[in-house]
Amino acid sequence: MDLELSQRQVEFRDEIRTWLTEHHPGRIASMDTPDGFEAHREWEKVLFDAGWSVPAWPVAYGGRDCDLIEWLIYEEEYWLSGVPGRVSANGVSLLAPTIFNFGSRQQQDHFLPKMASGEHIWAQGWSEPEAGSDLAGIKTKAIRDGDDFVLNGQKTWCSRGAYADWIFCIVRTDPDAERHRGLTYLLVPADSPGLERRPINRLDGEPSFAELFFDDCRVSADHVLGEEGQGWGVAMAAAGSERGLSLRSPGRFMAAAERLTELARSIRADGSIDVRLRDEVVDAWIRAQAYRWQTYQLAAGLMGGAEIGSEASLGKVFWSELDVELHATALRLLGDRAEIVDDNDWLDGYLFALSGPIYAGTNEIQRNIIAERVLGLPRRG
Amino acid sequence: MFRNTVRDLFADRCPPDAVRASWETTDARVPDLWGALAEIGVLAALAPEEAGGLGMDEVAFVRILEEVGYAAVPEPLMEHAFVAIPALAEARSDALDSAIAGSTTITIDIDGSGTVASAAIADAIVTRVDDGLAFTTQYDTTALTTIDQSRRLAAVKGGVTVGLDGADAVLAYDRAVLGAAAQCIGIARRLLDATVAYVGDRQQFGKPVGSYQAVKHHLADVRIAVEFAAPLVYRAAWSVAHPETHEPLARARDVSMAKAQASDAVDLAARKALQCHGAIGYTFEYDLQLWLKRAWALSAAYGDARRHRDRVATAIGLA
Repeated sequence: MDLELSQRQVEFRDEIRTWLTEHHPGRIASMDTPDGFEAHREWEKVLFDAGWSVPAWPVAYGGRDCDLIEWLIYEEEYWLSGVPGRVSANGVSLLAPTIFNFGSRQQQDHFLPKMASGEHIWAQGWSEPEAGSDLAGIKTKAIRDGDDFVLNGQKTWCSRGAYADWIFCIVRTDPDAERHRGLTYLLVPADSPGLERRPINRLDGEPSFAELFFDDCRVSADHVLGEEGQGWGVAMAAAGSERGLSLRSPGRFMAAAERLTELARSIRADGSIDVRLRDEVVDAWIRAQAYRWQTYQLAAGLMGGAEIGSEASLGKVFWSELDVELHATALRLLGDRAEIVDDNDWLDGYLFALSGPIYAGTNEIQRNIIAERVLGLPRRG
Repeated sequence: MFRNTVRDLFADRCPPDAVRASWETTDARVPDLWGALAEIGVLAALAPEEAGGLGMDEVAFVRILEEVGYAAVPEPLMEHAFVAIPALAEARSDALDSAIAGSTTITIDIDGSGTVASAAIADAIVTRVDDGLAFTTQYDTTALTTIDQSRRLAAVKGGVTVGLDGADAVLAYDRAVLGAAAQCIGIARRLLDATVAYVGDRQQFGKPVGSYQAVKHHLADVRIAVEFAAPLVYRAAWSVAHPETHEPLARARDVSMAKAQASDAVDLAARKALQCHGAIGYTFEYDLQLWLKRAWALSAAYGDARRHRDRVATAIGLA
């Protein structure tokens, strides 16, 4: 495997690096506040206008047709530059691959450009009070009535759900079918009559996610993604994306690891570092590099025609636990100042990182998948 | 592929019984294996083509060293083929031809400590002396008993020493570290494969023990550790093979990252393998111990994880 950047890749890296330096908007409010959400939406538009919001997409939908390696380079530069995070991430990472795979031409033409520009910010409506890691237990009903489906039920832990414009849901269109059968992937306008959204405050007190209550909520049948009744298969294509590299590229962890080493250097006036803490810092830094090179190896394989299946679970456990460790190490470096919330990005980051081993299928579920589908151990007897 | 040829050779000539049998001999060698390795070109793989070698690069050879770990080969193959031969080639030493032919076995004392693996069975040692390397023969050895009886460590004294002018001592050290890391990956893979097979077979409470979640999660963790250590070994091999692209300290950083992660991975693999095997894994008769002991030895040999994290710390400005 050739591990050095080609001349073209170097030029690509320099182009995005320069652009990010020139267009850095500075610090903006959290995307989970009303003002911050809109500020992040504006940042999406700035990226879109320059062709940098979805570089891996086809040019026709606002992208640059980047290959996987270029996309990884883009992500490294993006996170290293310290520009704001992506309020569009749920849509771009989790829904867009499904629209590309399963959407009709009309759906693609309608939804993808608006997603790329930030006009539509998407939230995920999968989990229910009784269906978390066990997603096949979904109960929210959607019954066909003329050209519409009529929805009744409840979704929860809907990330970005408090302010999003659209929600991509999995609903039960055949109430007599059980488990993985009779489910349908449905795109729901967030302002639909009969849909009530109640924000749930996260650990940090911000309404990052929401509960959704459907009470005879009508949604056009035009918004079914893929075939009616085939929602499980359609959704699982995106679950691979969620666990895999499209949601959490190595760039963000490499950037965090760089900031961690800077923190370690700055924490004592003379630049010295406690030996045990230094060991932890270096370990986290190395693991960010390990994720990077594993991902490049994976990307080279994918570009060579390989497919990623259950192996995505290996990465999900690794990056989510690395993220917790990176931030926990920073808080240990800060010592008794770690509890101070003001201007403490590490504490914010730590709280966010703690959700990683829980969302997108808990790490316990991922370890079961690794054991059964990667290692081939017997399923529960 | 060459790697598969080597894997097949080890499966044929160096099965667990052969490793175990080698422990009972005075020289800890597997009959005819060294000659076979010379014959298919493994010993000469890294030597330049004009010297009669294959001119293979490190990226390809670390895959072979993984197989060495996977089979727990009790021979100083890494020391001879991955460190000594390139050093002899750099110094244009007269000793190169016989080393390539496999008529000699050469081991290494990469930090000049005087404690050397396979010293008694080797014909010569590539030794660190001050900032350079030297070629030592006719030395005296005092055997040290080691937990992994394939190692055959010995305290070395005296001997005739000739300087290896032109050989790069730091590069030789990095090669040894990388070579040990690659073997650690192979050992970890074997420990995992053996344990997955065992827990799929062994029944308790009427079910395979591998169907229990506690056991599954142990082994998933090992799989993850190997998954994310191996690419660092391949990256480090690339850095060693491409000196022209180096920033200062980049090779040391990459090689030490690889050894730190590979050592941690094989330590975890050994712990979990033993735990998941239960009492049978704790016996001398069962073959798992061959890999457990190799894991313990090579995880620490040529620098343990902590020492290599210190080296990375220096490379990234955290010392």
